[in-house]
Amino acid sequence: MSAPAHHVDDQWPHEPEKATLEGRNKVIGFWLFLGGEAVLFGTLFATFLALRNQIGDGPSAAELFKLPMIATVTAILLVSSLTSVFAIQAMHRKEVKAMLNWLIVTVILGFCFLGMEIYEFVEYVHEGHTFTTSAFSSSFYTLVGFHGAHVAFGVAWISILIAQVRKKGLNLVTAPKVYVSAIYWHFIDVVWVFIFTVVYLMGKVG
Amino acid sequence: MAHTVKRHRGIMDWLTTVDHKKIGILYLLAGALFFGIGGIEAILIRIQLIKPMNDFVDAQTFNELITMHGTTMIFLGAMPIILALMNVIVPLQIGARDVAFPFLNALGFWTFFFGGILLNLSWLIGSVPDAGWTSYLPLASVDYSNSHGVDFYTIGLQISGLGTLIGGINFLATIINMRAPGMSFMRMPMFTWASFITSALILFAFPAVTVGLILLMFDRLFGGNFFYVPNGGNVVLWQHIFWIFGHPEVYILILPAFGIISDVVSTFSRKRLFGYSSMVFATVLIGFLGFMVWAHHMFAVGLGPVANALFSIATMLIAVPTGIKIFNWLFTMWGGSIQFTAANMYAISFIPTFVMGGVTGVMLASAPADFQFHDTYFVVAHFHYTIVGGLVLGLFAGLHYWWPKMFGRMLNEPLGKVTFWLFWIGFQLTFFIQHFLGLLGMQRRVFTYLPNQGFDKMNLVSTIGAIMMGVGVILFLVNVVITSTKPKNLGNDPWGDGRTLEWTIPSPVPEYNFKQTPLVRGYDAWWKEKMEGNTEMPAAEPVGSIHMPSPSILPFMMSVGLFVAGFGFMFAKDDFGNTALNFLFGNHLIAAFGLLITFGCMFLRSVKDDHGYHIEPEELEQKGVKA
Amino acid sequence: MKRLLPLFAGLVLLLSACGRSDLSTLNPQGPVADKQFDLMLLAITIMTIVVVAVFGIAIYVVIRYRRRPGQEEIPKQIEGNHKLEVIWTVIPILLLIILAVPTVKYVFAFAEDYSGDPDAVNVKVTGHQFWWEFEYTDLGINTAHDLVIPKGKKIAIELRTADVLHSFWVPAIAGKMDTNPQGNVNKMFIEAYEAGLYRGKCAEFCGQSHALMEFKVKSVSEETFKAWVAEMKAEPKAFEGDLKVAESFKQNCLTCHAIDNAPALGPNLKGFGSREAVAGIMLNRETADEPIEQAVVEEHLRQWITEPQKVKPGNTMPAFKEQLSEEELDGIVKYLAEYKLESLKEFNKQ
Repeated sequence: MSAPAHHVDDQWPHEPEKATLEGRNKVIGFWLFLGGEAVLFGTLFATFLALRNQIGDGPSAAELFKLPMIATVTAILLVSSLTSVFAIQAMHRKEVKAMLNWLIVTVILGFCFLGMEIYEFVEYVHEGHTFTTSAFSSSFYTLVGFHGAHVAFGVAWISILIAQVRKKGLNLVTAPKVYVSAIYWHFIDVVWVFIFTVVYLMGKVG
Repeated sequence: MAHTVKRHRGIMDWLTTVDHKKIGILYLLAGALFFGIGGIEAILIRIQLIKPMNDFVDAQTFNELITMHGTTMIFLGAMPIILALMNVIVPLQIGARDVAFPFLNALGFWTFFFGGILLNLSWLIGSVPDAGWTSYLPLASVDYSNSHGVDFYTIGLQISGLGTLIGGINFLATIINMRAPGMSFMRMPMFTWASFITSALILFAFPAVTVGLILLMFDRLFGGNFFYVPNGGNVVLWQHIFWIFGHPEVYILILPAFGIISDVVSTFSRKRLFGYSSMVFATVLIGFLGFMVWAHHMFAVGLGPVANALFSIATMLIAVPTGIKIFNWLFTMWGGSIQFTAANMYAISFIPTFVMGGVTGVMLASAPADFQFHDTYFVVAHFHYTIVGGLVLGLFAGLHYWWPKMFGRMLNEPLGKVTFWLFWIGFQLTFFIQHFLGLLGMQRRVFTYLPNQGFDKMNLVSTIGAIMMGVGVILFLVNVVITSTKPKNLGNDPWGDGRTLEWTIPSPVPEYNFKQTPLVRGYDAWWKEKMEGNTEMPAAEPVGSIHMPSPSILPFMMSVGLFVAGFGFMFAKDDFGNTALNFLFGNHLIAAFGLLITFGCMFLRSVKDDHGYHIEPEELEQKGVKA
Repeated sequence: MKRLLPLFAGLVLLLSACGRSDLSTLNPQGPVADKQFDLMLLAITIMTIVVVAVFGIAIYVVIRYRRRPGQEEIPKQIEGNHKLEVIWTVIPILLLIILAVPTVKYVFAFAEDYSGDPDAVNVKVTGHQFWWEFEYTDLGINTAHDLVIPKGKKIAIELRTADVLHSFWVPAIAGKMDTNPQGNVNKMFIEAYEAGLYRGKCAEFCGQSHALMEFKVKSVSEETFKAWVAEMKAEPKAFEGDLKVAESFKQNCLTCHAIDNAPALGPNLKGFGSREAVAGIMLNRETADEPIEQAVVEEHLRQWITEPQKVKPGNTMPAFKEQLSEEELDGIVKYLAEYKLESLKEFNKQ
């Protein structure tokens, strides 16, 4: 196992996240983890699809969902994915300042998403759509809530990474961490695209 | 730049270790503990069934025993012993100094362990899971099982499942990234291949059961409606989720045994594994098909003829790659020079025994006939033939085979052979006859049965067999104790016929595994060198300073956090008759405290860089002299 | 003689392996179980071929190629053999096809729905913790524990549960099917060739007394069935004897049970004296060759009413040890045990 190198700053590698064995392990391990996450969300989606018409006495999906608002949060999350791409590009060029700025924008957009989602949930509860209302409501809150918890975790994680890079600088130890956090962020973005389609669009249409 | 790292001693060494060999031993100890508990449960079950209308235990206790026996054996007994061997052996077989994620490896063990402890604490607290290891709804809902039993099941399995999942990811990354130069995928020993596929199955199967358990927990603790029919829930959904995990899980259990048998049979026949590439292909195919057949557990649920027909055929297909494996093993021995060590006796007896489990599997695959077999003792016999006659025999073979590598001492051979015969004959007595019990109309999971149905004698025989198996297991433990008093004086290759890289390094293995990373020049790397007259592997690097990861207490603490949080959630609605306790649990403060420990440790791990330490060449030389 | 012993032992095992004709799947008494048995035989035959082949090769190899003392030479290292590998891939596939064809055929045959068939008898089976309710939907009859059917006729069954999952299984007549809650209602059919008594069991783990959730299928002749239907549809037998006891029966028993065909919380009591068992599990006779003695029924009933948890742990019947006076208990037991159906007297040898 080769030692983590701290002294090669003058030759910044093309893919700093994969320059060390630790980095390569981290990246492959994280992709594998996302494979497991995909099954996790797949099962949640399957559950939602099986139960989404069982609304009991509660309001239906078509009555609840307000597409303009959902479209806005979708746009916010998609843009945040783009800003995290910019952050990684900056990292590859070793522009630490730019990278941090793009990460901060990503985190802010993540917070906006979370804020709107909480607002959305509170609204639904006022309309009589609580976790215990029906099988539809339970599976809705579980699926969308799981995604929300992933976003919250991502926001906290990237914030900690911003602080770390500020303190320790961008090097071959911190670069893979930033890189995998960006993969994670894209993943939850992709999951949201499915949620937008399966939960909201299909809920509105049928 | 070597950092000075505090090296712990005694118990702290074990709590903080990130060494894959020590973690392997921890898995083995934990596995032995839970295997023992599950075994005692099994004996109690068999004693209750020794005669009709017996009242050795009451119906409720019996249901708790069968639930905990199944859950413990599958999740807490078999899995850790598999992971023990994977941990110790896989890095050695691919010529690696460590696993990809030593820290996560330790975390995986401790979460697994605390999950298992949490589940088994249910016996002490007195509300034990009682809805079967499958926990079908509505029986497992609060309406029909309103003690904390099923909560122990959902929360304990979630925590321990997390550990297994971490282990799976770790081994995948290790095998993909950490192979020595020349160790291409198609040169990997079969056990490593099996571990690779098993890890992939863990990765794709465990998240499904995690979701299932979360949904069940939400239903029970927070009033969810997933499986609550009056509010639109669906009880069959649980069965789908459970078995879409559950069927791959049985292949997770059996594939490592396939790997062990391949290595052991080939070693003790002094012959290359017959049809290596078709063995690899068959393993991959079994893993893939394992995800396509879950509904064969649900033929009697009423999925309709189309689903039943498709799942029947898909299930039958699995017999083809399995058959390939069986014949490849037989033809590995064909023309060989077979040595009957205890390890090999377990391995060879595995082949016909597993075939019997396999053929009853094909019989069960035929849905119309399964309407008769389903949920009877025929099924009990079938899966014990595959899990005990398959996996457990495989594990005993593996333990005898690799024991010298793990501990530097060889298990007593004559005693090992006596143990084998007791266990094997006991096994056949216990389970062969159960096929007939099922066909004669005895359904499974019954705490008793009426006399005069033709069940009495067969149940008596079955119980006698179970006791023989129990004695066999005790003899194995005696063997372990006797062996531990012997001196450690074994060479690198104590069997003399080793074929793979683990037999090129000292027994027991030094913490850095390989002084120099080996250069692999073909399949059965060590055998190839031996045949060419070499006494050691060619090295891929000069002797140099070796980087090692630092020990850490964080994995242990993170698991303690989850353990505490689990209790916090479980007892949130209980009245303890104590204001302080009610306040702490009722407001989820205990749960929050536990999660705080876990996430706090995670935070520490993220911000505190682990620079590890180095073992310098001089130190290696000193050790070399000592060895 | 000594040499014959193992042979004899094997024969006994083989014979006992066929089991009771009212219980064993190996002794089928109806067309469904019969076809299932055929399929089992086919599967067992194919699988025996496989097992014999593997055992044969294994034993040969282990004996022929064992390492002898002093044997040190290295065997030839063989990578594999394509021809052999093709053989042991293709032969299993062929064997599986032989099994798969009838499998698919019978999957569809057993899924046939006879509920619309005018010749079939429709029965709605409901599983309860831990007893079986049988409602003859076309005939307006509701009964429990004993399913009376005409021989040689298709019985179209609709399965559902009132609580947890159960599974309806009469091994000698047909394979099992689960009883699910609303939304997953199942259909199946059964048929018995001859008149006879068959044991039925719950095959899906359903709680404490899962083991004790048994029922009986009484297959009777067409005429007997008609007579039984008429008798079951008629007014229930009036309570004889003391008015106070009659009132007690009404107050204590009929709050949960019914004596007419109305649905109720607990098992229907009509024709109780003709039942094969009390609470499904305390057998009033061992086989259909013996008569059902009223004294046995009374004894079982008395035990059940006073200590139901001891008989069937976890069931919802309250214990009436304290609530009923000796006189009331005697009166109720006598009434129920004496309530025999004329139509079944011959079958029950009463």
